[in-house]
Amino acid sequence: MNLLAVVREAARSLGANKLRTALTMLGMVIGVAAVVLMLAVGSGAQNQVNRAVSSMGSNLLVILSGSTSTGTLRMGSGNAPTLTTGDAEAIARLPNVQAVAPTFPGGAQVAYGINNWGTQVLGVTPEYTAVRDWPVESGDAFSETDIRSSTRVALLGATVVEKLFDTEDPVGKTIRIRGQPFQVLGVLKKKGQSLDGRDQDDSVLVPITTAQSKLFGNRFPGTVRFMFVQAVSQEATSAAENDITLLLRQRHRIQPDADDDFTVRNLTQVAEAASQTARILSLMLGAIGSISLVVGGIGIMNIMLVSVTERTREIGIRMAIGARQRDVLLQFLLEALMICIVGGLVGIAIGVGGAFAVGRAMQIEVAFSAWVMAVAFAVSAATGIFFGFWPARRAASLKPVEALRYE
Amino acid sequence: MAGRFIEVENLGKVYETAAPGTPPALQSVSLAIEQGEFVAVMGPSGSGKSTFMNIIGLLDTPTSGAYRLNGRDVAGLTTDELAHVRNRVFGFVFQGFNLLKRITAGENVALPMIYSGVSGGERRRRADGLLARVGLAPYGGAMPNRLSGGQQQRVAIARALANQPQLILADEPTGNLDTQTSVEIMDLFTQLNRETGVTILLVTHENDIAQYANRLIRFKDGHVVHDGAVVHEEALP
Repeated sequence: MNLLAVVREAARSLGANKLRTALTMLGMVIGVAAVVLMLAVGSGAQNQVNRAVSSMGSNLLVILSGSTSTGTLRMGSGNAPTLTTGDAEAIARLPNVQAVAPTFPGGAQVAYGINNWGTQVLGVTPEYTAVRDWPVESGDAFSETDIRSSTRVALLGATVVEKLFDTEDPVGKTIRIRGQPFQVLGVLKKKGQSLDGRDQDDSVLVPITTAQSKLFGNRFPGTVRFMFVQAVSQEATSAAENDITLLLRQRHRIQPDADDDFTVRNLTQVAEAASQTARILSLMLGAIGSISLVVGGIGIMNIMLVSVTERTREIGIRMAIGARQRDVLLQFLLEALMICIVGGLVGIAIGVGGAFAVGRAMQIEVAFSAWVMAVAFAVSAATGIFFGFWPARRAASLKPVEALRYE
Repeated sequence: MAGRFIEVENLGKVYETAAPGTPPALQSVSLAIEQGEFVAVMGPSGSGKSTFMNIIGLLDTPTSGAYRLNGRDVAGLTTDELAHVRNRVFGFVFQGFNLLKRITAGENVALPMIYSGVSGGERRRRADGLLARVGLAPYGGAMPNRLSGGQQQRVAIARALANQPQLILADEPTGNLDTQTSVEIMDLFTQLNRETGVTILLVTHENDIAQYANRLIRFKDGHVVHDGAVVHEEALP
């Protein structure tokens, strides 16, 4: 019996019992689709978390100015005008510090043509975009000259661009912030949501000196509300935190027994917590994937075992009329192979399609990996082929009379 | 000299699963069958007649004794060689027909030729010829369950003839058929035996059916209790 005849016989046998073939294939389809779908949704969520973490910027500390007290009324951190641009320059010279980005924020109405939008305006230095890992996508960043001469220039976040400009390129246009004309220097890359869910792209950056002197009238010239400090490495964040505390106490002439008039917060802890979450998420994904694979595998195993075992009599008939053991085995192997390949491909298609549908319906991101599909396919196919082959082998090794007696 | 066609000596069979104390299914059976014979094997249920036929048909193996086919001891044959003999030398006809339900009558007839390496076109041509031979020329494309019992058994006979066998083993071939149809099937066997000289080994428990044979072997409790020419009823006074 030649190979082509066996292939034909296997194909004909599959075609002759369409219900059995479809049911067997269904086991394979469900097994593979479940794994692909679960992992696509899961790794999409993981990507989202990872992006939110990295959008914070890396190795960051935040320094907030102290609180003000009026009688017994104590205001929160950031209200006292205790931090200055001078502090920022001094901190920038510390050995563990990579860069400092002093910030002076305020809320303002921005307008272009007939559109206007209330947003957050951040007075920053050129270091800010590097420290926050937030590059300018088109146009130019601020220069030192813009800081020194308090020019009215602005960088726009993606949301602000969307609200003010329809189709026009904002670069080079003049917008109004609190009624004052600002030239748009550039547009910032889309950053997405922060870890606490704020839209980070709903911001306008202006030179810090402009914000301090021209935009938000300031009773204490040269003060800043908070600053981002980037340490040289993740290990250096604690050392930098200590150095900064010592330096600022010295600069602010704080007595040894008095409280700090500023707060240093280490954002790497937040980042670590978030990446810990991402790690747990990926572990869970692995678990979900493995369980889907096992469940799918058991389904495939059962249906293959049943459908091949109930064909024991057919195997007996084939052997009685002269099929050799290897003719029978090759046929059943090929049948299992065809079912697994077609079922696996359909399963991948359904898994991918289903993941897209779920992603769209639930407004979540989905992510696919060829590796996941390959493993799901290979493990399911191996299970299917083994449990399609093994009972056939058992039946073919019976004496024909025993196989024929099987009901 | 190649020896006799079929020769068994002291053949015995004990089923491992049999309850202790039950007599062996087959005990010291010695006989020979020549080419061209039409042999009926009779006996009550459990007499060993089916066991005997399964061993002769190489569907089962004896636990003791020797079985020589054309002078060659089959105990020395590999499973592939056994399959080859079943494919080329034997043709089986079962009580329950044992057709594959999901393929057409013609494809069932062609099945043994797949395993003997006959090409597709030649298979179809020969299957058509065989179906015509058993009187089912127009039914090649029919599914087995659309055919009557008698027609299904004819398909099974055509399948048994596919590789021009030397021996047809028929285990209660009329057991599931009515009298009229049984007569037609037995006439077909008789005709095949006369015209092609194919040896027929027929297991039955009906006297009427055994009448078609030339030789009768009667089993009881695993022993051969009678082996001789069939006494035809019409010849009786």
